[in-house]
Amino acid sequence: MTDDTLTSGPPGAAAAGSHGADDGHAAVLPLAAFDDPHMQPYAKNPRRAEAIIGLILLVGLAGFCAYGGLFWVGGQPQWEGVFFGVGLFAFGFGMSAWGKYLLPQGPFEEQRHVLASTEPEVEAMAAAIEERGKMVFRRRGFLGTILGAGAGVMGIVLAFPLLRSLGPQPKKSLAVTNWTKGVAVVDLDGRQIHQADLEVGGALTVFPQGFEGSAVDQTMLIRPAPADQDIVTKPGRETWGPKGYLAYSKLCTHAGCPVGLYEGTLKRLLCPCHQSLFEVLTGANPVFGPAPRPLPQLPLMIDSRGFLHAQGPYSEPVGPGFWERA
Amino acid sequence: MTTTTSPTPTGGARRGRAGKPDPVVAGVRWLDERLGVAKGGRVLLDKIFPDHWSFLLGEIALYSFVILIATGVFLSLYFIPSAQEFVYHGVYAPLRGSRVSSAFASTVDLSFKVRSGLVIRQMHHWAADVFVGSIAVHMCRIFFTGAFRKPRELNWMIGITLLILALTNGFIGYSLPDDLVSGTGLRIMFSIVLSIPVVGTYLATFLFGGNFPGDGTIIPRLFILHVLVVPLVILGLLAAHLGLLVRQKHTQFPGHGRTEKNVVGTPMYPTFIAKTTGFLFMVAGVLWALGGLAQINPIWQFGQYEPYKISYAVQPDWYMGWLDGALRIMPPWSFHAFGHTIPFVVTFPAVLFPGLCFNLFYVWPSLEARLTGDHAEHHLLDRPRDRPRRTAIGVGALAFFFTLFAASSTDVLANYFQISLNEVLWFFRFAVFVIPVIAGFFAYYLCREMSGVPGIGRRKRAVVITRSPQGEYESVPTEPRPGDSPEELDPSPVPVRIELDDPEPVGAGIPGVRRIPRRR
Repeated sequence: MTDDTLTSGPPGAAAAGSHGADDGHAAVLPLAAFDDPHMQPYAKNPRRAEAIIGLILLVGLAGFCAYGGLFWVGGQPQWEGVFFGVGLFAFGFGMSAWGKYLLPQGPFEEQRHVLASTEPEVEAMAAAIEERGKMVFRRRGFLGTILGAGAGVMGIVLAFPLLRSLGPQPKKSLAVTNWTKGVAVVDLDGRQIHQADLEVGGALTVFPQGFEGSAVDQTMLIRPAPADQDIVTKPGRETWGPKGYLAYSKLCTHAGCPVGLYEGTLKRLLCPCHQSLFEVLTGANPVFGPAPRPLPQLPLMIDSRGFLHAQGPYSEPVGPGFWERA
Repeated sequence: MTTTTSPTPTGGARRGRAGKPDPVVAGVRWLDERLGVAKGGRVLLDKIFPDHWSFLLGEIALYSFVILIATGVFLSLYFIPSAQEFVYHGVYAPLRGSRVSSAFASTVDLSFKVRSGLVIRQMHHWAADVFVGSIAVHMCRIFFTGAFRKPRELNWMIGITLLILALTNGFIGYSLPDDLVSGTGLRIMFSIVLSIPVVGTYLATFLFGGNFPGDGTIIPRLFILHVLVVPLVILGLLAAHLGLLVRQKHTQFPGHGRTEKNVVGTPMYPTFIAKTTGFLFMVAGVLWALGGLAQINPIWQFGQYEPYKISYAVQPDWYMGWLDGALRIMPPWSFHAFGHTIPFVVTFPAVLFPGLCFNLFYVWPSLEARLTGDHAEHHLLDRPRDRPRRTAIGVGALAFFFTLFAASSTDVLANYFQISLNEVLWFFRFAVFVIPVIAGFFAYYLCREMSGVPGIGRRKRAVVITRSPQGEYESVPTEPRPGDSPEELDPSPVPVRIELDDPEPVGAGIPGVRRIPRRR
């Protein structure tokens, strides 16, 4: 028993210990009044709860010790997870259980205060803003204009370092690749591709010589047909697919992922990101999925020794669409 | 026990046993004389927190954020945010001899070389997933119970902003290690920025320092956004979020003695503090255990990002799934005119659509107030079944986002069920409109049925049946358990046994905490 005192509404009710009585009166109670039923532990049997919580906290302690010991001897991720995880959880569970079962749950009540001010107070503030605002700008409209113009220009010039300094303008970088007339077709290691390198049904990622691994230049070299066949995918591309070879930009026209999966039997290219499907033999037209345009085709030629070259650059920008693209 | 009504002797100096001044009193006085905290501090100690399991959802978000900060600081001690490439000779044998970037190699090494590094790194990733998830579920709780209504519209908006920031920072975070999956994500992000009409190409090349993959500046830039800028904004908004919660006080479900004018529950100190601190440790324990036991983002299996590499089943982290799904099922529309292109197939699902969604979330409180004509203050929560129209809209929206999420794995679904990708795609193109409507109507009629049946949702009170030696059966209702609250469903107002207009309790200047009679 402490010297803190229960000060509840009608003293008689408090003496009877029946705070739940329907007396219709407010009862006021300092939190330190240990004897009130509201201040009793929530658990029906506090001693038992104490024992269980003690055990749980011990589990937590043991978990911490186990983690420390494991770390000391070298560590192992899974057991580290188990030991310290169980330790933390048990520790927290014990604490929460302590809060729930050994501490008073009331229920207690707090009054809400009214958030809103009175109408005159609201009007007074609005009036102050308005009146004083007029005081600032009355007959000084030109000052306000200059101030506004200054703020605007400051905002614009601030964008220079904040935005423009970040990187180069796009200029032609999105539209131009390093594929030029006569450049040799090489693989990732820079090895020139010979017409005998790919079997029918094969596919390979190639680059222009000197730009191995370049993102914008990556191209799918496909051999859907044997050497006696020149493949014409579209009118006007009669010489683009010599000796059964075809080359398309590997950048998907949807979101720019590498169109990396070649289905040899169906002769289709699939983009693994969003499943756009391109028909290889008819100019990589999208037949399925979200890609809006065909993959650009690289015109190929084969020199007298049998090595592959580009006849010229891509005739249109590779990769996904953008504003400046025609 | 004595029942004297003499006031607590707080006016005089409290003395310890040996007559020395109480150290706690001395400490409080020291602080109070400098900061004036005693009065407000006492009110804060007495602050009442209502109890309901759904109120823990926001706490999970808060504590995941705490853990994100803690584990993130640990990771930043080892992570090198640089795209500079070199030949790997580190601890992870399968990678030795291959070209890697500093970002990738340092992430691998902090997982394998730094002791407990793997656990803490995976814990960080799990905490991020749980952070976004708990925010989303917390938001559902707020929505379905109408907790966003006046006066809490501002806090709802802050919450939406926090959700956007959490999504953003999650994406930026998993883009940092420069592995194959995250690099592919960045490639798609570049294309998304590119798809913005007029300014897109400039924004994209500014951000990345040139056409993709840029000049290597993107990773250090994302790093500083991830560890400083976005977390600072989150921290500030979080403070505002909690500050508003204290200022406006907690909402509560209707029930015994609970009104629009009070808050019923347990006080901050000591009960709530004990419970919630324990909960922090429990969240930490679960996340730590996940970090140790459940592998997440094993970048050494994906490998270093190279722009020409790709793998099957490329999916982003789960909270980006709805956007990826939208990207997948969008029909291939692209507009061309006057020498310009608008790649609507990307612009719409990845730029306009999320903008539309988040703006709808922002304006929802005022939209609902306008539609229902309800402009009153609300502190008591709705039961979702009592607001069939709002619940139907919410369920429809959820079904919509879940369908989009499922659509982000069209390839995996087609493979798993051995059906054509084509059919899966067309299914989702229709399902994304049909399923939400069905779910919404279903929810609406379910709510109508539930609110029409008296006593539904009420916890049944158990009955003990005993048999007497004579063979008579007797049924006795058990004691009502705490939490049995038939009043919650009683439409008639519960008599409030509190004198609302009593400004100060008689207890010698001790403000505010009163008891509510226990139900027995």
